[in-house]
Amino acid sequence: MTEFTPLASLFGGVLIGLAAVILMLANGRIAGISGIASRVLPPFEDSETLARVAFIGGLIAAPLVYIALGGVVVQTVSSNLALMAVAGLLVGFGSVYGSGCTSGHGVCGLSRLSQRSLAATATFMAIAMLTVLLTRHVL
Amino acid sequence: MSNANLRIVASLLAGLLFGLGLIISGMSNPAKILNFLDVFGTWDASLAFVMAGAVAVTFVGYRFVLSRNQPLFEAKFFVPTAKDIDAPLIAGATIFGMGWGLSGFCPGPALAALPLLADGTLVFVPAMLVGMWFARFAPKLKSPREAPGIH
Repeated sequence: MTEFTPLASLFGGVLIGLAAVILMLANGRIAGISGIASRVLPPFEDSETLARVAFIGGLIAAPLVYIALGGVVVQTVSSNLALMAVAGLLVGFGSVYGSGCTSGHGVCGLSRLSQRSLAATATFMAIAMLTVLLTRHVL
Repeated sequence: MSNANLRIVASLLAGLLFGLGLIISGMSNPAKILNFLDVFGTWDASLAFVMAGAVAVTFVGYRFVLSRNQPLFEAKFFVPTAKDIDAPLIAGATIFGMGWGLSGFCPGPALAALPLLADGTLVFVPAMLVGMWFARFAPKLKSPREAPGIH
C-alpha cells in the first residue's frame, strides 16, 4: 500500500505544469523528458545541448534541494536488478521511439489537444496497467 | 547575458521546478506509480491528481504563451507538427508502457530519483539512456497502409 496523497499530488502536478509553461515561454520548447534526455547524448543535432544538460541537472538536483529545505522523500524501488535493467531499456527505447513519455505526450501533448499524444498516452497507460495486472495478479 | 545563456538558465530553473513537482507529488516513488497502475489491487489514485494539476496549468499557460509571436529568449516556438497516429508512435508507447509497468519508473521520475541512490535506480537509468540512444537510430516501422504490397 502507498498513502493516497491527492493534495500533495495536485500541488506537485501544478509545479510540473508551471515548469512546462516556463520552458515554452522562455525557450519555445516542449518539456518532454525523453526528448531532452536522449538529446543530451551524442551525436548533437543542434546547439541547445547545454540547455538540455541544464534542464536534466535541475531535475537531478531537485531531491537534494528538497531535502536541504527539510523535506523527506519516501521511496521504494525494486531491488531486482535484472528486471530494472530490462525495464530501463524498454522505457528508454519505447519513449524515444514513440516520440514521448508521460511528460511530452501525457502533460504537454494532452495540453495541446494533440491526437497523437492522446493515442500514445492511452496506449502506454493501458499497456502499463495490463503489465501490472499480469505481474501482480496472474503470473 | 546572451539569449543562449538565458535559455540555459531558464532550462535549469524549469528542470528544478519540474523535479520538485515530481518529488512533492510522490511520482519519484515507483511503488506509488505501480499502485496507480494496479487498478484491481492496491489502487492509489494520486497520479490522476498529478496529471490533472499539470495538464490544467499547462493547458491554460500554453494558450497565453503560444499566442505570442515568439518565446522570450528564442526566435520561434519548437512545437511538434506530426499529425499521423503511425506505427512507431504506437509501438514505442507499447514498449514504454511495458517497462513502466515492470518498474514504476518513467524517464523524469527515474532521473529525479538518481541522487537518492537506490540500487534499482542506478541500474535503471544507464539502461534507459542506452535504450534512448538506440531508439534515435532504429529504423522507423512502416504503418500498415504505407507498407508496400499490402494494397
